[in-house]
Amino acid sequence: MTAQTEETVAPDLLYSEAEDDLRAAVRSLLADRSDAPTVIARIESDTPYDPQLWKALGADIGAAGLLVPEKLGGQGAGHREAAVVLEELGRSVAPAPYLTSAVVATEALLALGSEDGPVAELLGELAAGRKVAVLAVPFPAAPENSSAAEAVTGTLDGTVTAVADAAAADVLLVPTTDGLYAVEAAAPGVTVEPLVALDQTRPLATVTLTAATGTRLADAVAARSAVRRGLLAGAGLLASEQLGLAEWCLTETVRYTRERHQFNRPIGSFQALKHRMAQLWLEVVSARAAARNAADALATGSPDTPLAVAVAQAYCSKVAVHAAEECIQLHGGIGMTWEHPAHLYLKRAKADAIAYGTAGSHREAIAELMELPAP
Amino acid sequence: MTAIDAAELRRRTRELLAAHPPATTERTDFLRARFDAGLAWVHYPAGLGGLDAPRSLQPVVDAELAAAGAPDNDPRRIGIGLGMAAPTILGFGTEEQKRRFLRPLWVGEEVWCQLFSEPGAGSDLAALGTRAVREAADGDWIVDGQKVWTSSAHVARWAILIARTDPDLPKHRGISYFICDMTDPGVEVRPLRQITGEAEFNEVFLTGVRIPDSRRLGPVGAGWKVAQTTLMNERVSIGGSRIPREGGMIGPVAKTWRERPELRTHDLHQRLLTLWVEAEVARLAGERLRQQLVAGQPGPEGSGMKLAFARLNQEISGLEVELLGEDGLLYSDWTMRRPDLVDFTGRDAGYRYLRSKGNSIEGGTSEVLLNIVAERVLGLPAEPRNDKDVAWKDLSR
Repeated sequence: MTAQTEETVAPDLLYSEAEDDLRAAVRSLLADRSDAPTVIARIESDTPYDPQLWKALGADIGAAGLLVPEKLGGQGAGHREAAVVLEELGRSVAPAPYLTSAVVATEALLALGSEDGPVAELLGELAAGRKVAVLAVPFPAAPENSSAAEAVTGTLDGTVTAVADAAAADVLLVPTTDGLYAVEAAAPGVTVEPLVALDQTRPLATVTLTAATGTRLADAVAARSAVRRGLLAGAGLLASEQLGLAEWCLTETVRYTRERHQFNRPIGSFQALKHRMAQLWLEVVSARAAARNAADALATGSPDTPLAVAVAQAYCSKVAVHAAEECIQLHGGIGMTWEHPAHLYLKRAKADAIAYGTAGSHREAIAELMELPAP
Repeated sequence: MTAIDAAELRRRTRELLAAHPPATTERTDFLRARFDAGLAWVHYPAGLGGLDAPRSLQPVVDAELAAAGAPDNDPRRIGIGLGMAAPTILGFGTEEQKRRFLRPLWVGEEVWCQLFSEPGAGSDLAALGTRAVREAADGDWIVDGQKVWTSSAHVARWAILIARTDPDLPKHRGISYFICDMTDPGVEVRPLRQITGEAEFNEVFLTGVRIPDSRRLGPVGAGWKVAQTTLMNERVSIGGSRIPREGGMIGPVAKTWRERPELRTHDLHQRLLTLWVEAEVARLAGERLRQQLVAGQPGPEGSGMKLAFARLNQEISGLEVELLGEDGLLYSDWTMRRPDLVDFTGRDAGYRYLRSKGNSIEGGTSEVLLNIVAERVLGLPAEPRNDKDVAWKDLSR
């Protein structure tokens, strides 16, 4: 009896059959529509996002509405399923506003708890994949200091820098000192100016509001906790994107070093290289446990969530960057070329390491939560 | 035959408890009765301490017995017998060997040790030089050689032993596997004092030790294959218990950090938090592995967990000595002792720091384990080798 009670309390770190099915669907879609040459071609175009891909992923597979309850038009699934989608998006570094719109913006709106009115309506549009919304905060904003996100003052005047996916957004969710506003990206007084970003697969833009108008969705107090919850979900599920990314880097590196011959041997047979890949494998396996733990904590609303998220971010950021760096090095000269996709992974991994709080800021959160204070 | 399920196991466990109330039954008698009831290791065959039940149901029995306060067989004290000798005897032993050895092994009446490593053959175990020569007269084997790193040899009744029976064959093919009686003439056990000052291990010298052919395990020359079973079981040590947060070596360090603010520096803080995260993630990875085993999806992660824990133990214990500052310069006791058990958490930081250096060597060095992960999990090609088709006697040493 005791053993069973424990069993229900412990986080479920495995994948369910339904999650495996979802993964298979997303993976096959991305293989068809977003292979490496397609991604490379697209990042050099004016529209990094492919609207057809987004429609297939968000609407047809229903991935955009995984976090949204059925009564609001979503799939009524949860963070564990969304995490699986992100693993696949990380594996293919597909440019798609999934993390920003279907996770962070959606989660912030869900936190407002509205069953009807403009919030519910917008959630329905997002869940159906008909609209994209992003939270107008700098991409590096960490959950624990989300008040720093309020760059815009009461009258919707101000500038927010480095907003991820703003260029693809129909709606900007703007946190201000006065509350949370929904602002149409095409509305008068709104400019979204694309920046040249390190990670070309997740564009950044500067959002400037000049006497813009929007719909007020929440007061200042509710806005603050909604932003925090959005960023917490974003940070927690970003770990799954980092996991998928790291996994791709390891798999490709193993494949390449088995085939590539130098000194009359496959280079993958040299112990110095084998040990590096085995070490990376161990990190990937560990990252999976950390990422699953964060996804499960978010899904079950566990009181452990802030710690689980901080642990996953503090760990998985490093693993993704390490995997991408090893991928480049062990591919030799090929890894440095534009046509090999390795660079896309390195750029995404490095940007992800800064997104939603650096590893260092998450460690500080852990110090607080676990009562391990600085001197 | 009815399938054994959890309810049936629970019923049988209660029957055992009713027939042999733990409060009034002598420990060894209870354990023997438990073995005979098939509740020792339920996945073993009937008649050999088990019921041919799924291994995943063992916790049902253990929970019932623990709740009733029944004595256990102290698996830590007889770990080598339980974890290594038993599965090998089960897999390769004759009926007679299984019946003779498994019951006293499980009850703990007979302690086992493992005579594998040699001064010249550690990670390259198959290079071993201990010789077993067959006598024409009666077919007994005469064994000569030296083994090392043998835990429990000074208390063991039996040993699993690998020895070279044909030096003219390549090294992996000329080995045979035996059960050695540690009380036989010619077996000499000497304590091997370590870096910690203690003698946790032994050297074992074998001089003209006579082993009857009936104590050979598996065919002559097949010892390497039999040993693979033993070694695989050695590394599948994770499973069973769930570790709480801060349950490992990070626990004492975190405690010291909280209780002694005067020791804190910024550098130590950064390192503590990094290691705290890694310890928590290693704990979660172990938990995930456990869940995979319970769900019947054993993954290859097991081979990696030992690597992770070895590195973490070394880094955390190293940090702990520094954190303690002046106290870190002290050591509890250099007196040579022979500990019954290796218990990391009950010891001081200096001991932990020194002892953990063995974690990346014992039970497969980290280098060998990384090769195993690379070749068997990732499928990377093996390094070319020049010892496979050469007779053992012609190898350079």
